[in-house]
Amino acid sequence: MTDAALPLRSGRPPVRRTSTMVFLVALAAFAVLVTVLAGADMISTSFVKLLGKTLCLALAAVAMDVVWGYTGILSLGHMAFFGLGGYAIGMWLMWARTEAIVASNLAASALPPTPGELREGIGGQIFGVVGSSDIPLIWSFAHSLPLQLAMVVLVPGLLALVFGWLAFRSRVTGVYLSILTQAMTLALSLYLFQNDTGLRGNNGLSGLQNIPGFPAASQAQISIAFFWASALALALGYLLFAWVVSGRMGSVLRAVRDDEARVRFLGYHVESFKLFAFTLTAVVTGIAGALYYPQAGIINPGEVAPIASIYLAVWVAIGGRGRLYGAAIGAIAVSLVSNWFTSGGAPDLDLGVYEIRWTEWWLVLLGVSFVLVTLLAPKGLGGLVDLWTQRRRGPARRAAYGPDTGAKRPEEGAE
Amino acid sequence: MTLLEVDGISVSFDGFQAINGLSFAIGEPELRAVIGPNGAGKTTFMDIVTGKTRPDSGRVLWGETNRNILGQSESAIARLGIGRKFQKPTVFEDQTVRENLAMALKDRRGPFSVLFGLPADEGRLLDFAEEVGLAAQLDRLAGELSHGQKQWLEIGMLLAQEPRLLLVDEPAAGMTPAEREHTTDLLKRLARRHAVVVVEHDMDFVRRLDCRVTVLHEGRVLAEGSLDHVTQNQDVIDVYLGR
Repeated sequence: MTDAALPLRSGRPPVRRTSTMVFLVALAAFAVLVTVLAGADMISTSFVKLLGKTLCLALAAVAMDVVWGYTGILSLGHMAFFGLGGYAIGMWLMWARTEAIVASNLAASALPPTPGELREGIGGQIFGVVGSSDIPLIWSFAHSLPLQLAMVVLVPGLLALVFGWLAFRSRVTGVYLSILTQAMTLALSLYLFQNDTGLRGNNGLSGLQNIPGFPAASQAQISIAFFWASALALALGYLLFAWVVSGRMGSVLRAVRDDEARVRFLGYHVESFKLFAFTLTAVVTGIAGALYYPQAGIINPGEVAPIASIYLAVWVAIGGRGRLYGAAIGAIAVSLVSNWFTSGGAPDLDLGVYEIRWTEWWLVLLGVSFVLVTLLAPKGLGGLVDLWTQRRRGPARRAAYGPDTGAKRPEEGAE
Repeated sequence: MTLLEVDGISVSFDGFQAINGLSFAIGEPELRAVIGPNGAGKTTFMDIVTGKTRPDSGRVLWGETNRNILGQSESAIARLGIGRKFQKPTVFEDQTVRENLAMALKDRRGPFSVLFGLPADEGRLLDFAEEVGLAAQLDRLAGELSHGQKQWLEIGMLLAQEPRLLLVDEPAAGMTPAEREHTTDLLKRLARRHAVVVVEHDMDFVRRLDCRVTVLHEGRVLAEGSLDHVTQNQDVIDVYLGR
């Protein structure tokens, strides 16, 4: 048994550490490249914003991968948390900007405006669009950036905690749980669509691209700042999740995914672990949303429609579940390609009898590629990395597959 | 001392009376074999003790304080010190032997203890791996192990939990004669300090265990005593051995 003399390879953890390093270095290089190109005016401000938004989506996808790929909870409602994070920061952005505008308008009058007049002015400005000037109760904290930042974390976190507790406690699993999460995001979307919710109904919150306190900053500067903030958030979120899914926590989460009944008999309270993963990923998704919408400039209830969360799952599936970089690659690749097709970047295809317009046919293409990936390459785009590392390293296994003489040898395992 | 006492439990599934007024007690330490034909209620009995199935009536009393543990969650019951080995080896095939054992090691089980806790104690882990002969396989995926090795891994995970009561469902299934002997030795050794309940079909295996035997039939205890005693019982011969 010469195999026994080989040093024991401790399985996947070092590989995972390597992939984290590679991911972070690649992300940093990408951020620097974009900054240089933007500085040299080789890419437009709107393209920088698109890339920044894409990084936020990648962070949401990485969180989705932890909850789905690792823990086995196919949540089709995570974009609700993304939207809530966006609404939370959007309320402050809108309030602070409106406050500045109202103050400058009132400054023309002889007497300095009273706080009451100021509030009235803000209320009229923000809620005039839904035929009201009263400031709803949920805007109570909107004047304060720290409080509204706390809401970015607390609102998605609490919703996930309560929803998850109710759902996991009743041991709803599999497709039924997915349907429940769809119902959650649909309910939220319908609720936000109402004018009397206090979040401007279907108008949503707008003008979010203007950052109060930096009146002199150009959109070019703001876009680069948010791009970097998004890259930093993705890096930190990636590190956080790489830590969570390593070690014993990762082991238990994957065990819950594969056989939760068995995990219970080991003494782990499965529901608590699911709730942990669900809530933590909801909070990170909320933060991703809070960085996304200032770059998008507008948020409305359509953003938390059920389809948004399904897209998130599709990105993770195409990128490759169960590996964090796979989810990030999937989100970045698919959303950029999607943007290219839907913004008219792809030339229409004239078949003579019929003209394929990609703005309409892109969804068909996306659906087909989702089905193909699911059927033919369940590891997704991330599986390509395996092909490459295996070719460089030779077979991953050095010892035979079994203890017996008839067991498969490592050479046979490469097929 | 009686560690576990099952008192008059009954359960039916869709009109089928799986357990019918079953009473059973095991001390600590003690080795007990449970035998019975298919459908006698052996697995349902284990499901009830481990909290997977709620009985329609009866009590399950545990430990020094004779606390009724019915209604507690599976995980809480496992943490009390009741470990279970399934008939079909159920290990986490996608994870290494080391990860499987580390998960089972007796330790705090809350999410935050797991997240912030120290890595598994390598020394303890190695002890259990050696006990079940898997020390050289620590870094292999459990899914690559042979059937017999998976059985051993599951037994190793059961030991690593350091339970007071071990419920072992057909431990020798799929093992070679030498492995069966090893299993018998291990179970007998464990029973010096723990309560061990072995469900088994194989009479030779039960004979080698050399312990008290409980015969189940149609969800209740048909006979109890030494193997020789129960095999001479006319009821037992009629329903089980005579066929």
